[in-house]
Amino acid sequence: MTPHLVLRVVTKILLSPIILFAFYVQFHGDFSPGGGFQAGVIFGVAVILYALVFGLDMAKKVFSPRIIQILMALGVMIYAGVGYVGLFMGGAFLDYNVLDPSNPVHGQHYGIMFVEMGVGITVSAVMVGIFYAFAGRNVEISDEDW
Amino acid sequence: MTFFAEFDMSIFVDVVLLTFLLMAAFAIVVMRHLFSVVMVGGVYSLVSAAFFVNLDAVDVAFTEAAVGGGISTVLLLGGLMLTSRREKLPVTRRSVIPLLAAVVTGSALIYATFDMPDFEDPDSPANAYVGRDYMERTPREIDVPNVVTAVLASYRGFDTMGETAVVFTAGLGVLVLLGMGLRVAPATDKEEDGT
Repeated sequence: MTPHLVLRVVTKILLSPIILFAFYVQFHGDFSPGGGFQAGVIFGVAVILYALVFGLDMAKKVFSPRIIQILMALGVMIYAGVGYVGLFMGGAFLDYNVLDPSNPVHGQHYGIMFVEMGVGITVSAVMVGIFYAFAGRNVEISDEDW
Repeated sequence: MTFFAEFDMSIFVDVVLLTFLLMAAFAIVVMRHLFSVVMVGGVYSLVSAAFFVNLDAVDVAFTEAAVGGGISTVLLLGGLMLTSRREKLPVTRRSVIPLLAAVVTGSALIYATFDMPDFEDPDSPANAYVGRDYMERTPREIDVPNVVTAVLASYRGFDTMGETAVVFTAGLGVLVLLGMGLRVAPATDKEEDGT
């Protein structure tokens, strides 16, 4: 019998719906409550839950600290990159109207989608990174501490 | 259900939730067992999220539930692993000045609420100028149903970029201070982490 069998099984069942919900919140943010910040936090929670139940090393195999560091910066770069794309296409910084010259409203949709994606990537990576930094200071949570 | 019955219900829910919030805050102040304090803190966030839903601020409620109820609780628990489980008893010096300051500030704030515009008043300053402008322009210019997203990502896109940079900077600060186990071996983390 592995310890915390119920926790492990329930976590395995819950993990994919949590990640799916994060993507739903991310890409449905234009139509319903939510957006990059909330989606990033939910996605981060999925990784943290995995790390809590299956151990930090298992989680680090899925999202290594190196990847987390890169993703943290990548999100901000995507956000600023959308701004620069607007700049190079003849508009102002972060002006989404010019992203689709034939239809400014579609340009707004593109801009919002990519910008929210950048927010989501940075937020989820930062949440997981902060958790790694805190949890990594304790060698392992012993069974008595649960 | 008539309009008035619905309105009364909303007020009733408000009062119940605010009572819960008050009880949770009081419990946090009184309790000395830090694990319970963190857990009640999570309850506080969840109840305030419900309170925001009742105020029709679903986006704020969502963020509060995810960040306050989820991440902060987990991070505080992670911090709790590194410290003791029990708060030290404070050195009690009964002084009347802090109580006086709290009472005066509190009554000033309550007095200030009498001048606040009514809830859902369309002519209140928050709804009248920029807010109304966004509400009118969003269907025409951006055409997304959720005006909050339109304001957040498009009209105030520059602010949101700053917020993302703030989140990034916070993560960077923690990584610079604590590291992520990249430089030292995980087994000897505790002893050699003074880099």
